[in-house]
Amino acid sequence: MEPLLNAIALVSLAVIALVLLSLRRAHIRVEYSMSWLGAAVALLVLSQWRSLLERVSAWLGLGDDPASVLVLLIVCVLFVVSYRFSIILSRLKDANIALAQKVAILEFQIRTIDEKQQTESSY
Amino acid sequence: MTHSGGPGSVLIIVPAYNEEGAVGGVIAEIQATVPGVPVLVIDDCSEDATIVTARAAGAEILPLPHHLGLGGAVQAGYKLAFELGYEYVIRLDGDGQHDPRDIPVVLDTLRSSGCEMVIGSRYIEEDSNHTSFLRSVGIRFFRLVLRPILGKPVLDPTSGFVGVNRAALQVFSKSFPLEYPEIEALVVLKRRAFRFIEVPCRVRPRAAGMSTITPVRSVYYIVHVLLGVLVNILRFESRRWRR
Repeated sequence: MEPLLNAIALVSLAVIALVLLSLRRAHIRVEYSMSWLGAAVALLVLSQWRSLLERVSAWLGLGDDPASVLVLLIVCVLFVVSYRFSIILSRLKDANIALAQKVAILEFQIRTIDEKQQTESSY
Repeated sequence: MTHSGGPGSVLIIVPAYNEEGAVGGVIAEIQATVPGVPVLVIDDCSEDATIVTARAAGAEILPLPHHLGLGGAVQAGYKLAFELGYEYVIRLDGDGQHDPRDIPVVLDTLRSSGCEMVIGSRYIEEDSNHTSFLRSVGIRFFRLVLRPILGKPVLDPTSGFVGVNRAALQVFSKSFPLEYPEIEALVVLKRRAFRFIEVPCRVRPRAAGMSTITPVRSVYYIVHVLLGVLVNILRFESRRWRR
């Protein structure tokens, strides 16, 4: 099982590095990086702290296969992060539609004022 | 457009997406039926010459900065109409399926009935509809679903030929279903104890362009609308419980 745990640790380190790099380049906002960083650190700690992994596995009733804890954790994290992003996307879409409508209405009103001024100045 | 809303003022809105082949004729028919009533075409970021055609036909244009879908386009029209102070707004589609000669019936009923919404229905006079089998089955299904929710029967819940007064306009400016809006809009109105009435209207085949309805989309439409209706009811009920 050690190679699997080490692979998970490596992937966790890669995720942490990727998120930090993205943060530095402003490709991701701090609030949206927290869940990825939290999950990656949790996976890193559990994969390298064998006694803790076994304790969590026993507590969850997963028996002699502590790696199941990590798989379960990965699935839960992906689910929570995806759901959170669905909520964020929905809010952004609503805001985007409202903004597009506002822009269209403001442009319409500006055009109307322009046309009115042109008409008045032609007299 | 005479931007002078106020008591008795009427605005015709026509949401359009890639309707260059039909929208000009629709506007000409509207102007022939109700001369002097302003027509606003809400262009949902068409890729063809819809804007040019509609402007040439004498309509005002509200061009959206990007494609919002039918609900977003209609709501943009409602928002503008509300801001400009219009009292009545009649919406019909830009593909030529709705006959603008029915506008006076919708408008007169809106003025005289006191209802917040008037629906131009294809099914009051049976010989006037050109509905496909699939759509017809969907409409029958939604009639059954909506009957207990609305407390009265509705013959044509998916009609896009609709007139609303200022009270409904105010509600729709703030809350309007953004995808497949017609059925959910009825539930939104019901939540406010608003009333609607149906009047007969003629429906014709599309003047140009192609329908986007496919069997897969129809199933998606039914599930989407059912979920939207359910969510609207749950919101309404949770508010009632909190009171």
